[in-house]
Amino acid sequence: MCGIVGLFAKSPELEQRLGVHLAAMLAQMSNRGPDSAGVAVYHDPAPPGSSKLTLYSADPAQQWGDLCAELAGTFGAAHEKSVRASHAVVLVDADAGEAESWVRSHHPELRVMSAGTVIEIYKEVGRPEVFAEQFRLTDLQGTHALGHTRMATESRVTTEGSHPFSTGLDLCLVHNGSLSNHNTLRRKLQREGIEFQTENDTEVAAGYLAWRLREGASLEQALEGCLDDLDGFYTFAVGTADGFAVLRDPIACKPAVLAETDDWVAMASEYHAIAVLPGADEARMWEPEPGVVYVWEKAVV
Amino acid sequence: MAATLPGESSRGGEWQPGLRESALFDRNVIAEIQRAAREGIYDIRGFGAKRRLPHFDDLLFLGASVSRYPLEGYRERCDTNVTLGTRFASKPLELKIPITIAGMSFGALSAPAKEALGRAATEVGTSTTTGDGGMTPEERGHSKLLVYQLLPSRYGMNPDDLRKADAIEVVVGQGAKPGGGGMLLGHKISDRVAAMRDLPKGIDQRSACRHPDWTGPDDLEIKIGELREITDWEKPIFVKVGATRTYYDVQLAVKAGADVIVVDGMQGGTAATQDVFIEHVGIPTLCALPLAVQALQELGLHREVQLVVSGGIRSGADVAKALALGADAVSIGTAALIAMGDNSPDYETEYRKIGTSAGFYDDWQAGRDPAGISTQDDELASRFDPVLGGRKVANYLRVLTLETQTLARACGKSHVHNLEPEDLVALTIEASLMARVPLAGMQLPLIDELAVRVAPRVAGERDRPAARR
Amino acid sequence: MVADAALATEVVDLAVTPLRELNQRLHDVGRTGAGPARWRIVNPRGAHAVACGLDAELEVEIDGHVGYYCAGMNQHASVRVKGNAGTGLAENMMSGTVVVEGGASQSAGASAHGGLLVVHGDAAARCGISMKGVDIVVRGSVGHLSAFMAQTGRLVVCGDAGDSLGDSIYEARLYVRGEVAGLGADCIEKEMRAEHVEEVRELLARAGIDDAAAEEFRRYGSARQLYTFKVDNAGAY
Repeated sequence: MCGIVGLFAKSPELEQRLGVHLAAMLAQMSNRGPDSAGVAVYHDPAPPGSSKLTLYSADPAQQWGDLCAELAGTFGAAHEKSVRASHAVVLVDADAGEAESWVRSHHPELRVMSAGTVIEIYKEVGRPEVFAEQFRLTDLQGTHALGHTRMATESRVTTEGSHPFSTGLDLCLVHNGSLSNHNTLRRKLQREGIEFQTENDTEVAAGYLAWRLREGASLEQALEGCLDDLDGFYTFAVGTADGFAVLRDPIACKPAVLAETDDWVAMASEYHAIAVLPGADEARMWEPEPGVVYVWEKAVV
Repeated sequence: MAATLPGESSRGGEWQPGLRESALFDRNVIAEIQRAAREGIYDIRGFGAKRRLPHFDDLLFLGASVSRYPLEGYRERCDTNVTLGTRFASKPLELKIPITIAGMSFGALSAPAKEALGRAATEVGTSTTTGDGGMTPEERGHSKLLVYQLLPSRYGMNPDDLRKADAIEVVVGQGAKPGGGGMLLGHKISDRVAAMRDLPKGIDQRSACRHPDWTGPDDLEIKIGELREITDWEKPIFVKVGATRTYYDVQLAVKAGADVIVVDGMQGGTAATQDVFIEHVGIPTLCALPLAVQALQELGLHREVQLVVSGGIRSGADVAKALALGADAVSIGTAALIAMGDNSPDYETEYRKIGTSAGFYDDWQAGRDPAGISTQDDELASRFDPVLGGRKVANYLRVLTLETQTLARACGKSHVHNLEPEDLVALTIEASLMARVPLAGMQLPLIDELAVRVAPRVAGERDRPAARR
Repeated sequence: MVADAALATEVVDLAVTPLRELNQRLHDVGRTGAGPARWRIVNPRGAHAVACGLDAELEVEIDGHVGYYCAGMNQHASVRVKGNAGTGLAENMMSGTVVVEGGASQSAGASAHGGLLVVHGDAAARCGISMKGVDIVVRGSVGHLSAFMAQTGRLVVCGDAGDSLGDSIYEARLYVRGEVAGLGADCIEKEMRAEHVEEVRELLARAGIDDAAAEEFRRYGSARQLYTFKVDNAGAY
């Protein structure tokens, strides 16, 4: 039960100020989600041959430099790109999947928030405005971003339980709603080798997408599979390296608004998150139809 | 459905050597299968759950003796007042007693019956509540304090009545049928009921299970905001839920901005619901209450957001135990109807004519109530005297209050709200675990003694035991 | 707040005036009968509950998009939104007129008892859900489950209707000019007689829509098969 925002820049000026707009949109959704907040930002692709991880440590004294040295020792080169509050972005000269596995097995005390070449995920408990401040969201630039504010329903308010959830390399998911068959689906996915860190229903949806993609489905096919395999209420937004996708369940009780101008495409649970964007008054606006997968990608827009 | 009456089995009820009744397929089960096969529709009835459930009966008070000192009855004060809606509303509800009348619709009940409830509540200084059918002038006129329900159906909902109300109750669910909609069968849709609900006369009315314009706590927060704007932030806003995932529901209702939370346990009554719903959905009041209190405490809002509990309150003992476990007030529904004359032996002859008996009558959906309470039939309703009925309910409310005070004084309390969980012990292991009080004779609640981790399912916590009160 | 002398209109800027103060002032006019009758609200920026609970013959124009429950429980007032409206537009309206120049999100006119609601763009899902006497005219299309459990009143859709139109409908009358993706339980197409054409004509005129001919509409309503339970209809429950 939450608020969702998404922003896709169509102009270089907007890319420069993506974080400013994202923070403003997120603040508008704080009543829908006072418990925790998170964003996925797509920017600064890692150089060819290397990958990007966002890591989280619960330990405020975490020495990210030491970790980078260890990674460099294993993979040849690694360095710390940036540190924001409890999160660090690390570039590693390795395949993202391998780097992620290495961190998971050698540093179980850390969490891999995202892995890929462009994605960075930041999320933390607390009010969205405080989160935006702590993580200096307004500094961020990028091509596109998703954000989420969470009103926890049945699982704990933790950093891990915050959205976005990573669903694979450069992929993430945010959700507004409540799934009703996630426990059964989690057991099925666990048998398929998908790992879960929380009791959260959204993490199951994320795991489901990761599983379908692993089995060869396209993103659209995986999302369409949700219509058959996920029960309950949802508005999903999925971040990809090139854009984002939106899907509402067939009953479509949870709100979603889409808007587009020459400079951006935006998605939000409520219009007032879009109202803070430049030119919002003149934007073309519509609501996604139930049970229809919408995809915006760089090439398309 | 008509109950199986004593001595009315197909064999005349006489036990004969060699006849053995199945525990699994007992006479009631067999009768129900036969009825289902005959009628092709689920059994719809009134009243609450009839199965045995862990309840307040399984708790006892530790009266004062040497370690604690009791208060003298009659002479030393034991206050009972309670204020509901102190969080955001500029005009909270001031009640003289911590017992309110739960929402029951005009439609389910006759107009005189609704009037009687208003008279009784006003006489003793408490509130009564509308129901799924709007507010009648009789009810408003006779109720000094009236809570106006906002239900999924929105029957009879209008801003004039909203502004006339003393509080607003957003009904998400009720104990008899959490997750279910309402139902009023054709025989109770009289001209007046039909007009109030904008429905054709005589049809089966189906009420929705979700509100038409919001779903989930994030949208509820906006809905509550609208209600506050419409009423200029004056009126307390209650949120009523049927007891199921109570810990989460209470936390979310609080996050959505409720002033008061009403938790209706599965014993809560209904005018017309599928039997399968009444008996198989929800959790007992006894365990819902501690979950609600835990949710409020963890938010630091216990007593600031008031908690009203209903579902199976019958006596001052039930009231006192609910307050001791952390409720600010209780609501009664079924018991108030019984106090008015429902299931009275005075009507035994007529109960027999419709295939039931005093003490078993639960066909409140059918509108043929001999006592004139759960009916829209003019002749039947006219039998019921709202003045006398109101007097009886007021008497009953006074008895509940006196009993509550008696128990509170025995525990040394000068206000009934000073009762606390530590004043209680449990008679059974179930009750000890559910109510989180010690088994009689033990020092700590069983839940602690056994170091049981209720956390993962109860509190969403995996790595620490549930917080103790 | 600035008094716009030329139009004698009270202008309220929601970028500076709190919503609560705006609504309180609008209510005070209803309660006391004193105060401006024409209001213009600027910078709504998607705020919720704008101009809800009005109870007087006010004319309120909102310049921009509004959030949930705009003009909720309206009585007597005329509210015009020069933009889009969020969920629950004019929910439980009793009387008066609410006009939205853009689109409306889901549950527009939910359980409204009276008055006229006009949406010039599209209305999303559940338009007219539980309607109880309101007249709704949508120039564009409506989403799925529109007129769900609609009790009385009239819904006129100049465009198309989504799936499950009129599910579990009671006595409301539905008129659709375009395609109907699917009818809900107990909803059927009915004959469009002269009085129905006249009814649509009158509603279109009241809504100020002159580019749709009343003869082009088809009528839908209740088959009344679910009014009392019959074993053979169990599948519809």
